[in-house]
Amino acid sequence: MRELREMKATWIIAALGVLFTFAAPSILELFTIITLAQVIGLAILALSLALVWGFGGILCFGQTAFFGVGAYAYVIAAVNFGGSTWAVLIAVLVAAAFAAILGYFVFYGRVSDVYLAVITLTVTLILFSLIRRTSGPEYKVGNALLGGFNGASAPPLNYPWDVSAFMFPEQVFYVAMIALILVYIFCSWLVRTHFGRVCVAIRENEDRAELLAYDTRLYKLGIFTIGAAIAGLGGIFFCIGVSRVTPDVFSLSQSALTIIWVIVGGRGTLIGPILATFALYYLTSTLGSQSVLNTNLVLGTILIIFVLGVPKGVVPAVSDWIQSRRGRKALRARERRLQRRRPSGGQNVGSTEGAE
Amino acid sequence: MDLLVSIILQIVYVIANLALISLGLAIIFGMMRVINLAHGEFLMLGGYTVVVATNNGVNIWVAILILSPLVVGAIGVIVERLLIRFLYGRMVDTLLATWGLSLLFIGLITSIFGASTATTISPPLGVVTIGEYTSSGYELFLIGITILLFVAVYLVLKLTTLGLVARGTMQNAEMASALGVSTSRIYMLTFGLGAAVSGFAGGLLAPITGVLPTIGTVYIAKAFITVISGGAAILAGTTSASILLGGLNGIISFVTGPTLGEVALLLAAIILLRIMPRGITGSIFRKSI
Amino acid sequence: MKHKAHTVLETRGLSMHFGGVHAVDRVDFSLRENELRCLIGPNGAGKSTFFKCLTGQLNPTAGDVVIRDIHVTGREPHEVAGLGVGIKTQVPNVFDGLTAEENIWTAARRWHKAPRAQTLTSQIIERLRLGDIRSTLVGNMAHGQRQWVELGMVIVAEPWLVLLDEPTAGMTHEETARTSELIKEINQSATIIVVEHDMQFVRSISQHVTLFHEGAIMMEGTMDEISSDPRAREIYLGSQA
Repeated sequence: MRELREMKATWIIAALGVLFTFAAPSILELFTIITLAQVIGLAILALSLALVWGFGGILCFGQTAFFGVGAYAYVIAAVNFGGSTWAVLIAVLVAAAFAAILGYFVFYGRVSDVYLAVITLTVTLILFSLIRRTSGPEYKVGNALLGGFNGASAPPLNYPWDVSAFMFPEQVFYVAMIALILVYIFCSWLVRTHFGRVCVAIRENEDRAELLAYDTRLYKLGIFTIGAAIAGLGGIFFCIGVSRVTPDVFSLSQSALTIIWVIVGGRGTLIGPILATFALYYLTSTLGSQSVLNTNLVLGTILIIFVLGVPKGVVPAVSDWIQSRRGRKALRARERRLQRRRPSGGQNVGSTEGAE
Repeated sequence: MDLLVSIILQIVYVIANLALISLGLAIIFGMMRVINLAHGEFLMLGGYTVVVATNNGVNIWVAILILSPLVVGAIGVIVERLLIRFLYGRMVDTLLATWGLSLLFIGLITSIFGASTATTISPPLGVVTIGEYTSSGYELFLIGITILLFVAVYLVLKLTTLGLVARGTMQNAEMASALGVSTSRIYMLTFGLGAAVSGFAGGLLAPITGVLPTIGTVYIAKAFITVISGGAAILAGTTSASILLGGLNGIISFVTGPTLGEVALLLAAIILLRIMPRGITGSIFRKSI
Repeated sequence: MKHKAHTVLETRGLSMHFGGVHAVDRVDFSLRENELRCLIGPNGAGKSTFFKCLTGQLNPTAGDVVIRDIHVTGREPHEVAGLGVGIKTQVPNVFDGLTAEENIWTAARRWHKAPRAQTLTSQIIERLRLGDIRSTLVGNMAHGQRQWVELGMVIVAEPWLVLLDEPTAGMTHEETARTSELIKEINQSATIIVVEHDMQFVRSISQHVTLFHEGAIMMEGTMDEISSDPRAREIYLGSQA
């Protein structure tokens, strides 16, 4: 458990998260808290892509497919079982299984980066058009109607193994927040394990990892499947938060948004995409309530600006900036020390630090 | 007999439709190795060009056959100069930037024309009868024009200096620029050509599908599948993948309805890529264009 | 070199064709335990293609590769490496976004539990004198340093068979000399194949040399035998002068 000791920043962020969770009812309005449950679902989705893309290097443009599959699986299972306990578990497993099957084809076929992006996006879009056509009464799984274009209403969460004890919206908020914090800690731990480090190594250089006797296909499949399970969990909270699931979870704009959260927050960080989700959700809901600027227009512009101007994302850019300031300060301090010792010397100082 | 002809015609139309909506994407991908995620929006812009032009009294044939490729081709050139050229060699960033562009176009068109367009244009040309069955004359026209379009692109690639130089540049950009060919100009023209073909396709389809800012979404999934299944060879890839996937889609749709047809198309493509990761022309017909 | 040592690597009729080009053509090759063999030949002689067929990076058109009685033809590189084969490719093939230490640790951890992997990593860093740059991102290092990190990744796994493709490419004279010492050290416990251009270097490490020409083995022997053979002089040594 050496990894858990190394996660200082993670623990601090998690503690801030817990603090926010308990402070929220006294600083926010009930309406905001109810809305937050669905945003937390989206943040979990962003976190899953941060793991798969930012650390696993897998360019998945269709992370929302697993998010949506999780949401639909939850609704179908919860309606059929009459309770949410098993439905949550089943939804996560269905999302993971779906990713495992798809992943088998793409990773074992050694499909390249760009193809993988396009294939995952295509799968999402096909699910979108497929599920939109399921509006008749004949389209049902067990007792659950799929509802086509209008979607299906999502049963609320209940306390585990007690189907009569439904949770109130603010309780759902607590559960969702705790889930987000736990998943965040889990991801942070995962990327420090042997498995996670190999995934990062594969992101850096797949050929090399393979020549070190790692079966890279299996590792990619592994992190892809874990990411899908997390996305599925996000889907559950999202559909409970809006109390409905519609085909829009598979829409192109939802896929694009997910990518934008990770780009803006930064690849290679976990907290960045989470924060970006909250920030951009605030932005898009503000934009949605006015009619001057179209939301797609703004999102497209943000995406282009970040790709061209801030390709690393906000969080890595800020931490680089802080580090380079610190580095320069340390360098100047060292130079001053050296100059005091031998006034003419000091040309070798910082030969590695200067390089970015 | 008449039924059979009618069914075959329907399947051929599905194939031609797939080939038509994919060709512009295939040109840009095959020559520049850039997957243009704004492809659907190029089609959409072609459609809007036709609708706006006809609403302003332009003859529908002029709007479809001349204006839609010209306008969207020009947009393609502008996009290449302002955005794509900064990203050559950065595949992932190019994907992301074109996705941003896609959202930008959707947003822009929605802001200008509204989220739905009331004006639709009815397909020119009437109904053709085959025995007791009828077929849309415009669909037959689309099959014919798709074949002509492929022949035209083949001739451009095979016979013109632009085509020759473009093919050389794509195979080895460094070599070509060492020989004094301006790679930058070739990329610009290629992107413009791809955009023009996409706009043309969008214009041709507008009378059938109508136009909406988000109509690109309807096309891109199929176009992506066709192009990556086909592989790098522009014409051979698009043709073979369209015949295979479109044929399958057409037959399954005929038997079970359109929903499963699309699923079959996707499944076939995924299995195909498991066997041939670089598409059909990555494994066979490798020397073709 | 032990004379009765048994064969640990063998190819039979190994061929690799690209379209009409026969990059490797029906090569029969065998390597005995504890040998240090150099593969030489002019550019395009097929030695790198041959090397990639051994490592699983290329799937040969025909023929067989046998490593310790296991048929590895057409296997994935990770399966070949999983037999305990250390591989270094021609261009520095490292994890640019990771530090030197993380690079070597990733290699060590494949075979050992975390504490042992950490110990081995530290030992290798010391042995290769990478201590000063252990926390530097490999992507920021000079070419020669990157080569050393990669060598570290190969030897930290304690392979019994080592395949090196141009290990001294881009190294200074001093670095080349150290590499030659290192290879002799590794040879104490491992069988080695080195693909190399630098004839001085080959002479300094190897007793037995295989000369490739036009996709086939032209001759095998000591460096002296090869340099005195008129045909070999003409195709290889002559072309260099």
